[in-house]
Amino acid sequence: MIAFTPSDEQQLIIETVRRYATERLRPAAHDADEQRETPADIISRGWDLGLLPSSIPEEYGGFGETHSALTGALAAEELGYGDLPMSLYLLTPNLFAIPVLHCGTEEQKQQWLPRVTDASFVPLSAALIEPRWDSDPYALHTTATPNDGGYVLRGTKAFVPLADQAEALLVYAREGDTTQAFIVERGTPGVQVVEREQHMGLRALPTYTISFDDVQVSGAARLGGSAGANIDLLLNYGRVALSALAVGVARGAFEYARDYAKQREAFGRPIAQFQAIAFMLAEMAIEIEASRAMVWEAAWMLDQGRDATKAAALAKQYTDEAALFVADRAVQVLGGHGYIREHPVERWLREARGFAATLGLAMI
Amino acid sequence: MIDFELPTVVQRQVQLLTMLGEQVMRPVARYYDEHEGERPWDYINMIWQTVRSQGGQTLSSADPQKTDADGKPRPRIGNLLLMHTVEALSWGDAGLYLSTPGAALGGAAVEATGTPEQKERFLKRFSEGEPKWAAMAMTEPHAGSDTAAIRTTAQLSEDGTEWILNGEKIFVTGGLMAAQESPGFVVVWASIDPTAGRAGMKPFVVESGTPGMTVAKLEHKHGIRASDTASLVFQDCRIPYDNLLGSPEVAPKGFKGAMKTFDATRPAVAAGALGVARATLEFTAAYLKERGVQVRYGVPVHRQTAVERDLIQMEAQHRAAWLLVLKAASKMDAGEENTLEASMCKVKAGAVANFVAQKAVELLGPEGYSCKLLVEKWMRDARINDIYEGTGQINRLVVARRLLGYSSAELR
Repeated sequence: MIAFTPSDEQQLIIETVRRYATERLRPAAHDADEQRETPADIISRGWDLGLLPSSIPEEYGGFGETHSALTGALAAEELGYGDLPMSLYLLTPNLFAIPVLHCGTEEQKQQWLPRVTDASFVPLSAALIEPRWDSDPYALHTTATPNDGGYVLRGTKAFVPLADQAEALLVYAREGDTTQAFIVERGTPGVQVVEREQHMGLRALPTYTISFDDVQVSGAARLGGSAGANIDLLLNYGRVALSALAVGVARGAFEYARDYAKQREAFGRPIAQFQAIAFMLAEMAIEIEASRAMVWEAAWMLDQGRDATKAAALAKQYTDEAALFVADRAVQVLGGHGYIREHPVERWLREARGFAATLGLAMI
Repeated sequence: MIDFELPTVVQRQVQLLTMLGEQVMRPVARYYDEHEGERPWDYINMIWQTVRSQGGQTLSSADPQKTDADGKPRPRIGNLLLMHTVEALSWGDAGLYLSTPGAALGGAAVEATGTPEQKERFLKRFSEGEPKWAAMAMTEPHAGSDTAAIRTTAQLSEDGTEWILNGEKIFVTGGLMAAQESPGFVVVWASIDPTAGRAGMKPFVVESGTPGMTVAKLEHKHGIRASDTASLVFQDCRIPYDNLLGSPEVAPKGFKGAMKTFDATRPAVAAGALGVARATLEFTAAYLKERGVQVRYGVPVHRQTAVERDLIQMEAQHRAAWLLVLKAASKMDAGEENTLEASMCKVKAGAVANFVAQKAVELLGPEGYSCKLLVEKWMRDARINDIYEGTGQINRLVVARRLLGYSSAELR
């Protein structure tokens, strides 16, 4: 049956996360961007929502729910609505835990999953993207070479969130002609944090360039053991989650522009009463509605266990474009004021540009 | 619940109509495009059997609530089925789909604004006898999007038993078939009080062959040529008093009735637009694939070819528009108001159908432009979808007013 209504339980999650987004993320977003820092209490409050632990089965210390891409997408839209970089900070442990949950060996699950059900935030992260224009998850330049029953990792990664404090990283590397992931624990020799990066947006999220200089890991570090990891599946979860965040960013930008246009007057009436503005707002709303439907369908397919690569790729393509369009139009609705950092729309344009440019390949 | 599983009955219907499209519609699509004045009776007679057996409602869904054996109400799927039916027929051929006999737009207006007695009286014919049509006449030479400016009048006769219609209607889809070539009817929007603006607008049923109603002209069009588009002139056209849709006791639903009709018909028109878009998209992708152009999903942008990128964008746009149609339909099936969703999906589908079809001609180059293939025809057929049943701009206005909480006086 075709239906577009979240269940009561999902609605409750939406409302809970929305409250956090509105009361915590929104008021802190401007300063976090300016100061390039996410306040610790924002993260601890966010961690209290229990979003990740609720995806972890009871046997690994979680709340026993199955991991649902759809429910995750509903929460992610609300987080994106609140603030993108701080939400990505909060979701960083997912980059490690979700791949372990779906592709890890029993030993890897038992070792790592209980860790993310802790009462306080656990910095775990992942390194996928590489510092080159043609960064490609299917053709990585970071290599994993079998050696001595283990692997040697060589290469450089970029956009690694929280790399300076991470207890462990999931490092994606080319092994033969496949992409595999390897768990690299803190303190492993040869891992070097090169620098904290500076980007157009996402400034409150500390991301780092790190180098792997002949880093030796054990055979047990390979995600999924001898079976390896299903990279397509992991990328699909990533695409859906990122697309949902993009919908949230777009919704934030739209609502702000809408409210501004109803209150700002020109030629004797609110500018929203001119078609030039009203049509932009209508198009923004339509793109958001369409984006959300695309995300939901791809997420639903993942939850059904079907091959979601096409749906997830289309959803990603669509929402990347739509979020950029909506954020750009929001700036335009505010005119000169939209360009001033006092209003959040220019920040949302900086955030939205990231979805297609970099994050598209970076996050899971 | 959020769910994207298509009910089996809908899947079966789509399979059936796809076969019909391939075997009956596609082979004659070019012929009726080139012979605009000829009506496609072969298709009409064939499809009528199906339409008639399904109750004749081709653009609206009565769909009574059914219950399971244990008395639990089953979800309504009438509109969901309708969207898929329209989409699949339009995939076969948009012009032929528009010439499908049945209650169509006129029936949708009766469904939205008529009393139970009127629905019975006017719609029963579509489940029996020979093929017939019901058209809707709103647009006039000087009043298109500005529907409240229509000048056709309906005056009560002196003895109060009849309405007398005077005026001219243009762009009546299927007007010839409904007014002259079959025992159908036309729903004519006219004013009972020209000084009252929208409040005076009412829908009237004019039976086929009523003296005083004449088909004055048949248009020559850019596309959808298998379907007739007529001008109707009303000269002292007398119709029974109770052909005014709605009951006088509960105040006939005038302008609001028209708008309510649109809530049902706009998603269906959007579905038709996306049928053309899907036909174009599938053909183009298959044609290029045979010639070595692959579409890979999820590969980074720098590894995609320009053609691949275009095809993926076309597909994403198409899917997004279709999901908006499904949402508008599912709200209608759930008995919820869907004015916003109906206009949203109409805006999107109208734009997407044009984008996809125009892009396809570009991708196929000289072959796309040539009449050897149907792609150039699909581009012409697609173009109407951003115009009729509310232009893209009018629907943007509807969306904007809803979003902003403005009346039509505040946001003009």
